[in-house]
Amino acid sequence: MILEALIGFTFLAALVVLLAPNAWAGRLAFALSAVPFVGSLYLWSRFDAVGNALTGGTIAFESRYEWIEVGGRTVSWFVGLDGISLPLVVLTTFLVPLAILSAWTPVDSRQSQFYGLMLFMEANLLGVFTALDFFLWFVFWEAVLVPMYFLIGIWGGPRRKYAAIKFFVYTNAASLLMFIGFMSLTFALGDSIGSLALPEITQAIADGGLETWFGISPGRMAMVAFLATFAGFAVKVPIVPFHTWLPDAHVEAPTPVSVLLAGVLLKMGTYALLRFNFTMLPEQASALAVPIAAIAVISVIYGAMLALAQKDLKRIVAYSSVSSMGYVILGLVVFTEYGVGGATFQMVAHGLISGLMFMAVGVVYNATHTRMVGDMAGMADRMPVTVGILVAGAFGYMGLPLMAGFAGEFFIFVGAFGAPALPYAPVFTALAMFGIVIVAGYLLSAMQKTLFGPFRLETDYEVGPAPFHDVAPLAVLLAAIIVLGVAPDVFFEMIRDAAMPVVEGVSVDV
Amino acid sequence: MSSVTPAWTALSPALLLGLTGLALLLVDTIRPNERSNTSMAVVSALGALASLSVTVWFVVAGTGHADTGGAITLLEGAVKVDTLALFFTAIFASVTALVVVAAHDYFHDHQNPAAFYSLTLFAATGMALLAVANSLAVVFVALEMVSLPSYALVAFLKKNRGSVEAGLKYFLVGALSSAVFLFGISLVYAATGSLVFGEVASAVESLDALAGVAGIGIVMIVGGVAFKTASVPFHFWAPEAYEGAPAPVSAFLSSASKAAGFVVAFRVFTEAFPLGASVAAGIDWALAFAAVAAVTMTLGNFAAAVQEEVKRMLAYSSIGHAGYALIGLAALSTGSAGNEAVMGAAMAHLLVYGFMNTGAFLFVAMAERWGIGRTFEDYAGLARRAPVACTAMAVFMFSLAGLPPFAGFFSKYFLFMGAIENGFLWLAGLGAVNSVVSLYYYSRVVRAMFLDDPATPSALDAIDVRPTALYAAVVFAAVATVLLLPGFGPVIDAAEAAAAALF
Repeated sequence: MILEALIGFTFLAALVVLLAPNAWAGRLAFALSAVPFVGSLYLWSRFDAVGNALTGGTIAFESRYEWIEVGGRTVSWFVGLDGISLPLVVLTTFLVPLAILSAWTPVDSRQSQFYGLMLFMEANLLGVFTALDFFLWFVFWEAVLVPMYFLIGIWGGPRRKYAAIKFFVYTNAASLLMFIGFMSLTFALGDSIGSLALPEITQAIADGGLETWFGISPGRMAMVAFLATFAGFAVKVPIVPFHTWLPDAHVEAPTPVSVLLAGVLLKMGTYALLRFNFTMLPEQASALAVPIAAIAVISVIYGAMLALAQKDLKRIVAYSSVSSMGYVILGLVVFTEYGVGGATFQMVAHGLISGLMFMAVGVVYNATHTRMVGDMAGMADRMPVTVGILVAGAFGYMGLPLMAGFAGEFFIFVGAFGAPALPYAPVFTALAMFGIVIVAGYLLSAMQKTLFGPFRLETDYEVGPAPFHDVAPLAVLLAAIIVLGVAPDVFFEMIRDAAMPVVEGVSVDV
Repeated sequence: MSSVTPAWTALSPALLLGLTGLALLLVDTIRPNERSNTSMAVVSALGALASLSVTVWFVVAGTGHADTGGAITLLEGAVKVDTLALFFTAIFASVTALVVVAAHDYFHDHQNPAAFYSLTLFAATGMALLAVANSLAVVFVALEMVSLPSYALVAFLKKNRGSVEAGLKYFLVGALSSAVFLFGISLVYAATGSLVFGEVASAVESLDALAGVAGIGIVMIVGGVAFKTASVPFHFWAPEAYEGAPAPVSAFLSSASKAAGFVVAFRVFTEAFPLGASVAAGIDWALAFAAVAAVTMTLGNFAAAVQEEVKRMLAYSSIGHAGYALIGLAALSTGSAGNEAVMGAAMAHLLVYGFMNTGAFLFVAMAERWGIGRTFEDYAGLARRAPVACTAMAVFMFSLAGLPPFAGFFSKYFLFMGAIENGFLWLAGLGAVNSVVSLYYYSRVVRAMFLDDPATPSALDAIDVRPTALYAAVVFAAVATVLLLPGFGPVIDAAEAAAAALF
């Protein structure tokens, strides 16, 4: 019942905040959002899952109640955690209070609605990462879109309406494609499944339960389903060439929303890829290993090049997400213990680091009202703490050892380099590693131009240090990044435990 | 329960509606000076709710269910109370209750609102009778009983040119389609020698030389049904009538009256002209409905996408939804085990639609009450002045579009899945494409309310009016639309059980 309590409490908190007066909605939301975080720490302390939830492992905090029946198949409220979902649940409950804190300065209208929507989104995100029934999962998945649409569209920058609608249309069309792909897969499974529970579907596919459906042979059906779901999730991740909604959404979104967008929402895509494509249909995934790896490498390099060309700090961070997500895809497709485990670890690490970067850029923006690299210089003199953390975050992004980003990328590269499942693995890995150099290049040059040297910004007010409630979340995030970098095992052990069965799902003939 | 109470009590949902209407008319006649808008609205709402409670009680108690002795037939088989009838009566009673509550505020300054309440309740009575009709004669009488008050309701704002014109158009098309329908019935009678569904069905099996006559009759009956459900090609009246009518009436017509058309369609075509026998006689009405459904949903959705007025957009989208619900008939195939599922899904969709569509039109009623105009632009920035009502409207819009967190997703999902299971992949695919189109125009409303800025700072000043009853009705419909998602299990179970009664 504890997962229900967690999700239910968050929904309730959203409602309470929505009805609270604007004056103290922010404080109330922060206080209430601390509860799910404590709850997720409790989950962590009592976590006892073994293996992967989809491949017959023991599921922690499992609960399952029948909901409705459709076409002879049961749809149930089925939630639970394994080593892949728990870190993402903790990441979500950890980032939301910090994002709420970082919203106190920039959000100055309709506060109760803003914080209410943030909490509503958190509740649905928790649902996405815990649901183990396809139907339930999809309901949560789509429900995330609605608050995001309003958060960007109401509180965003000048082109907010365009960005909000683009986000909504892109990701919704992607969801539909994914939905159709997945549903046709379940139709092709025929009578071999009695419910839409993910473990059961995974098992049925592994047992060869696919039948000919509407004249489409099982093998082709699985491939079509794989491509449709892959394309659907690729938009969410996003991978080149489906990434064009992301910079618009990020640049227009207010800072705290960008934090959740990059920190958690993009992980929905990679999480779903791991769960659906790579765990359920491993044969199709390895058959397409080379093109997928190529897309991953292109995302890494192209995303980094796009970031290199930007003048807007926020856009730079946004594009670098495309790059980082490329690493995750590469880690997934190599099907090794360290590849899949590292990819999952990188999801968490990138969630923290990109969250930190967006937040820090936001704090600088609050002080200067510009994000353009050419407009400001010497910010380090005026807000030394913020700038210090920003630089540390940038180093984390570049993969400096002892920071979370290094651990994630290192695992992925180790896993990818000698991967037996991926032809030309060393070539792909080496090319992807080259991305790090570009990342270091653009981050260092942007930092150099904006942060150091003599202060140069014409404003009619004093630019000074940021208030405590702006800097505190940055410090907390940085601490978390360092902790994960120094001791990746706090998560990596459980991730590896859940990733191993995925890897074993692919039999490689070398 | 039929063992202890007289059988006619099975008709009490319809009787309660009718008696309430009569009581209102009586009070209005005897004491015209003492009627008050509020007491009229309260009495009609209580009447509708009483009818709803009895219906729900019957459903729970299993009246007319196969487990408790099966359907209750009255008047020599001309009337039959079964689970299907009760399911639809629940839709009619809920929508009626919402509409009369909302009307209280809408007609706050109207000279003589009493007629509105009694006409609405009489129309609702006709719908409840349609649901239990088991003979083509009863169907026709009940259909007219729905239609005649509806013509008057559309033209209710007699000083408003649009309202009167819409009433006239509705009346003319309605009279034509009634004539067509009646002629169709007479042809069927000529061919089969009976009007009671069961007897017609057995006669259809042995049609020989008269198959052609019966076929033409059936096609004409399809036409009559298409009129009532606002389906192509008898849909022309709908946008005009919905737009011109007072908004609560539009809600009533597009939700309850449409559902009434569907209960006739579902019952007549499965019980009087069973698909197997009809096809054997050379009459494949499922094919006809497949074509009507495909054209209706496509035309409705694409026409809705180009509208500039919210009410007119809702009117066209209502045509689109008629197309979805028609899948319930179109995707039937002889002897298929999935027939119950797809028809049950269509019925569940109509139930959910009853709440979300009524709610949407009632929101339009609220906008009319505020006097802020009708186009998308007029709704700009509304969420800042009326956040609760706009949130409710956003729920209706997303639910109508079929987005997952809301009940409309489930009902569409079940409908399309049922069609696929029955082998109608193309129909489900067309429905899905239409749903994507619909997301475009539904989200325009949400965008205007939440994201756009009002054209002038004073554009929204009129909103200081707070119509309490309208608010209550809109919020209630929104809550129902949300809660129907987790509570969809009982709904679909009841709908499938009701559909099972047909096969």
